[in-house]
Amino acid sequence: MTLLDFARGPALQAALVIFIIGALWRFIGALLLPWRLVPAQPREGSPGTVSAWLKGMAVKMWPHEPFAKHGAFQFINGYIFHVGLAIVVFLFVPHILFIQGLTGLSWPGLPNSFVTVIGVVTAASLVAALLHRLRSPVLQLISRVDDYISWLLTFLPVLTGLLATAHLGARYETMLALHILSICVFLIWFPFGKLMHAFLFAFSRGMTGVRLGQRGAEL
Amino acid sequence: MVTPQTLGEILEGRGVSRRAFLKYSSYLSALMALPPSMAPAMAQGLAAARRQSVIWLSFQECTGCTESITRSMSPTLESLIFDTISLDYHHTLQAASGEAAEHAREKAMADNKGKYVVVVDGSVPLKDGGLYSTIAGVSNLKMLQDTCKDALAVISVGTCAAFGGIPKANPNPTGAVGIDEIIKDKPVINIPGCPPIPEAMTGSVAYLVAFGKIPELDHLKRPKAFFGDSIHDRCYRRPYYERGEFAEGFDDDGARKGYCLYKVGCKGPVTYNACATLKWNGGVSFPIQSGHGCLGCSEPDFWDQGGFYRPLSTSMPGMGMALAGAAAVGAALGVGAALTARKHQQAYIREQAAKGDEK
Repeated sequence: MTLLDFARGPALQAALVIFIIGALWRFIGALLLPWRLVPAQPREGSPGTVSAWLKGMAVKMWPHEPFAKHGAFQFINGYIFHVGLAIVVFLFVPHILFIQGLTGLSWPGLPNSFVTVIGVVTAASLVAALLHRLRSPVLQLISRVDDYISWLLTFLPVLTGLLATAHLGARYETMLALHILSICVFLIWFPFGKLMHAFLFAFSRGMTGVRLGQRGAEL
Repeated sequence: MVTPQTLGEILEGRGVSRRAFLKYSSYLSALMALPPSMAPAMAQGLAAARRQSVIWLSFQECTGCTESITRSMSPTLESLIFDTISLDYHHTLQAASGEAAEHAREKAMADNKGKYVVVVDGSVPLKDGGLYSTIAGVSNLKMLQDTCKDALAVISVGTCAAFGGIPKANPNPTGAVGIDEIIKDKPVINIPGCPPIPEAMTGSVAYLVAFGKIPELDHLKRPKAFFGDSIHDRCYRRPYYERGEFAEGFDDDGARKGYCLYKVGCKGPVTYNACATLKWNGGVSFPIQSGHGCLGCSEPDFWDQGGFYRPLSTSMPGMGMALAGAAAVGAALGVGAALTARKHQQAYIREQAAKGDEK
């Protein structure tokens, strides 16, 4: 069995099994919790649940005015690599074929050369995010090992994917195998670390908005 | 004892001009991706060489490799046999049969001890003492070991000889293996393919004769001259891949326009061979040009890569049940975790309420 066979076969299968179990465990476990932990009645004039949910989501999309100047880079850079990752993961034709093979779902992709450029921008943006984290005293204080592991496991698939495309570092099939293996590690870590925010962010932000709204806080 | 003539003397005797011979040598040099400066060395080496004794053994195979080499355009098989090598034993091409044929093999081995080249097509079965394939009552394993004992080098032509090929495909009922898993003490050159490109076979033999050494090989013992680049990198349809223009089927608009065949299972990106450059039948075409994706036939275990028509980026088939089971387990764990958390919450609320009542 070659490294690529191992990566495409048993490694990917084990990683997907762990990912699905872990993600559903956390996701369903969180969603089935009581939605109203505070038995108190909402304040008079407080926004409705849906409205507060959407406001809670929207307000986190950009830093509050006092922090706008200092937070702008983090937000803009965050958007760059998140949108970049979304394009690379979901609009690169070989990735769409992979998802189609698993789920049967398919959609049009973008030209490979364009996705390659987006991949380079995404990788640069991720490096910038790491440097910013390492240089910011505030981020240093709130950073945990999870943050660095999550960064590394996000960066490695992008890096190995670009190297495979550019035929750098190793033969294509070896780099493709390393790319798939890096995704396997990413999938295994995903449900148990901060990467799970990809599934939970909408709920955590929405629920924060609802709770603050019920207490009469301005959103 | 009469000293065998050199190739130069043989060709001169046949009226082949020096100019034609140099042209032929230049072609061979180009074929092997040698620098132009090596063409005279190739010519000199070939001219001074004796005709190379070659013993061709056929084991678990379909004769496709021999069919392929007979279609070699340059050098043709005829020119190879008559000018460059002495093909002393070959099941399909030899006139002799039975004991006479086996004697020819034994005589060639005795006369050219340590100097003859063994070419093998087909894999060797090891299971049950190798009884699944025998020649003249001798197992393939024994014949291979006996014949290779005093050989100069071994050339495995075809994927079966190189890597086990189709006989080795899952579940490999005969315990088939490639030649280099058995022959460890001789140089082995693998020229895989199902079948291999004829020029890759004849070119490698000519190189061996001209220079008396094996050509530069990759990690799978394949001559880099023919197996140095992937099909994908040399494919004329590569620009369509970069532009994201793919055939979705073999009869759709994309297929008619000659778009990239990645989506219909082409294994070109992970297949190393010269099909896209040398092509077949004298450079007429190759599978992708004819509208079919590359099967990856020059790679080990190409038969068991999950399906010829599954795109390369898809996972190996057969994960559906495991993933469905994982989803069920994950959902059950999630429900269980939530119910447990709710139970703890209710207990906490009751506890707090009781404390409040006490106050």
